Amino acid sequence: MSFDPSQFPFMEIAFWVMTVLALGGGIGVVASKNLFHSALFLIVSLFGVSGYYVLLSAGFLAVVQVMVYAGAIAVLILFAIMFSRRPMEKVSQANHQWWLALLMAVLLFAVLVGIVGLVDWPTDGGPEPAAAATTVQQLGVAFLGSYLIPFMVVSILLSVALIGAIMLAREKLEAEEMN
Amino acid sequence: MAIPLSYWLIVSAALFSIGMYGALSRKNAIGILMGIELILNAVNINLVAFWRYIAPNDVSGQIFAIIVITVAAAEAAVGLALVIAVVRRRHSAIVEELDLLKQ
Repeated sequence: MSFDPSQFPFMEIAFWVMTVLALGGGIGVVASKNLFHSALFLIVSLFGVSGYYVLLSAGFLAVVQVMVYAGAIAVLILFAIMFSRRPMEKVSQANHQWWLALLMAVLLFAVLVGIVGLVDWPTDGGPEPAAAATTVQQLGVAFLGSYLIPFMVVSILLSVALIGAIMLAREKLEAEEMN
Repeated sequence: MAIPLSYWLIVSAALFSIGMYGALSRKNAIGILMGIELILNAVNINLVAFWRYIAPNDVSGQIFAIIVITVAAAEAAVGLALVIAVVRRRHSAIVEELDLLKQ
C-alpha cells in the first residue's frame, strides 16, 4: 500500500483537531470550577477558532484573532481575575439556575442543528480565494472606501471604550468619594 | 475544501450554545464575560464560513468579522473595568450580590 500525499485528508484532520481545541476549550471555560482555569481554557478555545480561520483561508483574520483575542482580551481577563481573586475564592461558580441554562443551551443547539439540516448547503467552497496579501489590500481599500462609515463608527467606539474603561477603573474615584 | 458548510455551522452552533450556557449559569461577572466572548467567536465562525463558501471574492464577510472582533474588544475592556470598579467598592464580583437597585 503506497502513501499518496494528495489523498491524505489534511483538511479533515486539521478541522477535527481544531474542533477538539475550540469546543473542548469552550466546555472547559464553562465547566471549570476555578475561574483562572476557565480563562486558560478560553485561550485554548480562541486558538482553535483561529485555526478555523486558517482552514477557511482567512489568514489575516487568524492573525487578528490571535493578537486581539488570545493576546489582548485573554490577558485582560486574567488581569481582572487576579485583581478580584480574593473575594471570589470560596464560592461555587454556578448559580441555582444552572440546570435551566443547560436545558436551554441543549435545546438551542438541537434547534440550530435541526435548522442547519433543513437547508441544502453548498458542500464545496469552490476555488481558493485570493492570496492573503491581496485580501489584506482588499480589506484596506474596502475599509477606506465602501465601509468608511462603519470604520469611523468603530474607531469612535474604540476611543469611547478606552476612555470609559480608564474612567471606570480609576482608583481616584473612590478617594474623591471619601473626601 | 472537502468540509461541507454544514459542519462549520454545527460547530458554530455548539460553541454558541456552550457560551450561552456559560453566560447564563455563571455567578461571577468575569465568567459571564467569558461566555459572551465564546458567543461572539461562534458568530464569527459563521460569518467567515459563509464568506468562504458563498462569496469568497467579496471581502464583506471578513469586514463583518473584524468589526465583531473590535466590538468584542471594546466590550471586554469596559466590562472588565466595570468588574474592577465593582470589586473595589463592594468586594464581590458575584452578580447575585449586586442588587443595589433592588433595595
